[in-house]
Amino acid sequence: MLLLTCPNCGLTVEETELAPGGEAHLTRFGPASGDAEFEAYLFLRDNAKGVHFERWCHAYGCGKWFLAARDTATLQVFGTYSAQTKEPPAEILESIAKGRAT
Amino acid sequence: MSRRLKTGGRLIDRDRPVEFTFDGKALRGYAGDTLASALLANGQRVMGRSFKYHRPRSVVAAGPEEPNALMEIGTGARFEPNQRATVQPLWEGLSARSQNAWPSLAFDVGRVNDLASRFLPAGFYYKTFMAPRPAWKHVFEPFIRKAAGLGSAPTEADADRYEFKYAFCDTLVVGGGIAGLTAALAAMRAGERVILVESRATLGGRAATDGAEIDGKAAEDWIKNAVEALEKSESVTLVARCEGSGVYDHGYVICTEDLTGFKADKSGPRERVWRIRAGRVIAATGAIERPLSFAGNDIPGVMLASAVRDYLLDYGVSPGERTVIVTNNDDAYRTAKALLEAGLRVPAILDVRPEVNSPIVRDIKDLGVKVHMGRGIARVHGNDAVTGVSVCLQAGDGAVMQEIRCDAVAMSGGWSPVVHLWSHCGGKLLWDAERAMFRPDPARPPTGADGEGFVKTAGAASGALTTAEVLADAAETVGGDAPSTAVVEEAPIRPVWVMPEGAGPKLRAKMWLDYQNDVKVSDVRLAAQEGFESVEHAKRYTTLGMATDQGKLSNINGLAVLADRLDRTIPEVGTTTFRPPYTPTTIGALAGEARGETFQPLRRTPMHDWAETHGAYWEPVGHWRRAYCFPRAGESHADAVSREVKNTREHLGMLDASTLGKLLVRGPDAGRFLDMLYTNMMSTLKPGRCRYGLMCDENGFLIDDGVVARIDEQTWLCHTTTGGADRIHGWMEDWLQCEWWDWKVHVVNLTEQFAQIAVVGPNARRVLEKLGGMDVSAEALPFMAWADGTLGGVDVRLYRISFSGELSYEIAVPASRGAALWSALMEAGADFDVMPYGTEALHIMRAEKGFIMIGDETDGTVVPQDLGLDWAISKKKDDYLGKRGQMRSEFHKPDRWKLVGLETLDGTALEDGAYAIGEGTNANGQTVVQGRVTSTYHSPTLDRGIAMGLVARGPERMGEVIRFTRIGQEPQEARIVSPVFFDPEGEKANV
Repeated sequence: MLLLTCPNCGLTVEETELAPGGEAHLTRFGPASGDAEFEAYLFLRDNAKGVHFERWCHAYGCGKWFLAARDTATLQVFGTYSAQTKEPPAEILESIAKGRAT
Repeated sequence: MSRRLKTGGRLIDRDRPVEFTFDGKALRGYAGDTLASALLANGQRVMGRSFKYHRPRSVVAAGPEEPNALMEIGTGARFEPNQRATVQPLWEGLSARSQNAWPSLAFDVGRVNDLASRFLPAGFYYKTFMAPRPAWKHVFEPFIRKAAGLGSAPTEADADRYEFKYAFCDTLVVGGGIAGLTAALAAMRAGERVILVESRATLGGRAATDGAEIDGKAAEDWIKNAVEALEKSESVTLVARCEGSGVYDHGYVICTEDLTGFKADKSGPRERVWRIRAGRVIAATGAIERPLSFAGNDIPGVMLASAVRDYLLDYGVSPGERTVIVTNNDDAYRTAKALLEAGLRVPAILDVRPEVNSPIVRDIKDLGVKVHMGRGIARVHGNDAVTGVSVCLQAGDGAVMQEIRCDAVAMSGGWSPVVHLWSHCGGKLLWDAERAMFRPDPARPPTGADGEGFVKTAGAASGALTTAEVLADAAETVGGDAPSTAVVEEAPIRPVWVMPEGAGPKLRAKMWLDYQNDVKVSDVRLAAQEGFESVEHAKRYTTLGMATDQGKLSNINGLAVLADRLDRTIPEVGTTTFRPPYTPTTIGALAGEARGETFQPLRRTPMHDWAETHGAYWEPVGHWRRAYCFPRAGESHADAVSREVKNTREHLGMLDASTLGKLLVRGPDAGRFLDMLYTNMMSTLKPGRCRYGLMCDENGFLIDDGVVARIDEQTWLCHTTTGGADRIHGWMEDWLQCEWWDWKVHVVNLTEQFAQIAVVGPNARRVLEKLGGMDVSAEALPFMAWADGTLGGVDVRLYRISFSGELSYEIAVPASRGAALWSALMEAGADFDVMPYGTEALHIMRAEKGFIMIGDETDGTVVPQDLGLDWAISKKKDDYLGKRGQMRSEFHKPDRWKLVGLETLDGTALEDGAYAIGEGTNANGQTVVQGRVTSTYHSPTLDRGIAMGLVARGPERMGEVIRFTRIGQEPQEARIVSPVFFDPEGEKANV
């Protein structure tokens, strides 16, 4: 059972307090999009073995969404950050580079 | 014949006899006995029958790895099958029964399988019970079901309670042997919070039994001191009878503590599940001795050498008078020593190693025991008990050199570290050829959130074998000084996987690997020969390691045999996956207090008590209880529902609608937001008005519906379905927080803040007028309008909306006023023939009007267009959730199943979920279907069956008669009609 820190309320919480939301940083494609774009948005996921950016909701806590960078194989957590970002922040990428190197 | 010795037994108390029964026979043991040791003490060696061949079996082990001695313990509501006698403490009055034997343990009919065993090889079921097909159902399956299984299932609900305990620590030590104690002491001295769990009642592990000198003291004394020091420390929690069951992500560990399973007094919780979050886990779980694979190694009397020692020294029980020892390592010589010291005979030691000259071997030889080097067992003689062994050269093909008379055999094939806790979360193993064992690879531990290993092993679990190695490893693991002990020289092990090396098929077919599942060397070789080369495939084909012991004794031997047959090395073949729990865990323990009424929280509306006292028949709706109907004396539920519908249509009905979701959406961008969430336009709704809306997911599928009321310029109140309230609230938050986070909107879930009462029927207005306080006329409050005001002195928000087709109001009041207003309305309504109605009447009235219900007409594959709801989909909006999804070609196919009404020709009701039968059959030979029933009722209003359904091109086929399936009966004919069965012009609501 994972332990993740909610960046919104600052608590480190058990996975049972959280609701998973799948892959992060998806771009929404609406009515103007082509079939391929829409398919990719709705269905195609990296399903990475390794570094994964993912959505979590602190459902049984502050109720806020956040994002996490986690290695799906080793379960190493490189950091959690605001859901209100289009891409992983620099410090998360640094943490990943550092974690991968060791 | 096994028996109790006159002296000895460090764990038993000879002053406290304990009475128990086995298969109805009254027996006596001592406090401190396990069921297995007490049975052996009473001369009861046969303790069960094997799974497949029903061979008589006795204990081979003395711990949780035991595969054979499984029993049914207890009676009635405390009956439990498949309990291991080796870890079941004896208590006064314990009743145990043998299992998998019929008619009796001594004479078992299933034994015929054994005689036919050469016709029942691995994969027998897959190969044999193939054809003819009907035979499977009528002959094979009933036979297999009767023959299979070990214990019987309990017939009563578990009488016991179970509880959880949550705990946190820096270091969790699993295992209270000398390695675990050393690790715990070091962690304690480092100032850490420590929890140490030990599955047995006493701490100390093997060292206490086998003896050693630690820090200049006898092992037992050193252990006593260590335990005292730990108990004294406030930062240490010691828990005995508590097994480390499983290690999970990021240092989460489940341990199960036995609270009453070991004693006659069953009051209080039976087990406690510890849910521990540990900074690090030290698995000091020891090692398990491996059996040797020789012919007849399952005959009662053949035991692990260490188990023989345990029964002798811990319980004062001798497994036999004359014990032959067969080994490939030095450790078994300790058993010889223990037997000799107890005054029992060791006719011979068969050691497969060609030459050994270590101190313990010399000592035993000096005592005059015949030690035969390079020898092994060709076969064991006996049926229900060992009578002797044939000796052969280990390097040969089994040619008999000598016969030795004996009544017990102690075998040792070396030791396998218990790596389960290391492996549960991904710790990797390496093959140590010198020690012939898989042991944890310290370079590849299971990793925690910080990317560092969070499980370490200590002592024998790391692969350490001698006392000195164990202590040094434990100290190094935690970072402390190792207690001092003498280094004893031991000769290396010589791995042996089959005895003798050149054994032919006949011998191989009597060499058991997995005792419980009756898997033999010949079965694993057959699996390899038939192409099941992966260890995971071979396991499933042969069932090796799939029994309740999960292969604790058999896995390594099995995969070594597989490797040999495939001409691969053991590490190339690898192990199967280790999964929690370490030993079987009672389901009740995992459920804890979450059973019966406490399984889920129960949500009650403010009018719940009124409904309860007025005879509500309840149905669960999500976590809520809603009244299904209010049956009167002598009425069936169907009668009550029928009466409620008629009364509401003719006079006045009242429904508790409080469970409907109520989400307040407010902010400068709220209109824009709701335009994205609903398929229709909500931003144009005028304050004071209501609009019915649909919500879809990005696939375009309909996920919820309800009435939206605009409260003011920046505020909307969205009603959701009862089951959808939390889900839709979460859905809104997700989009606001993660996609449109710059939009100024906030959402509050007010569902439980308000009670809501539907007042429905031709007399609805009159009862409200009688209460008085606000203008409820058609002019002041037209259909789909709402207004704030007072009714009977209570502040209310009054919506004029209808889900029944009748003149209808829904009154929202703060939850605390709900019950009072309900009672006032019931009282005022008496003059107007008011009756409460339940959810079933609600459903029928909406179906009579052709209103859809989320979850009936929708199932996650239905778009609003399928339901003829195009009118509720805005054509003006560029975008809404689901719009792109609905543009996909699949939803525009002409033969899509669409909503229609269905009217049976004979007036009966269609079956719920019935399929509309199409023309011919499909490629699989199945009948083609062209639709299905989504809602079906007997309409009390029309006094005939009415239904809604989705039918291919349905709306174009009005008047057509099609056939619907009926289980066990002829198909039923129904005509396609409009889904609006009642008052199609809507005159009744428009008054």
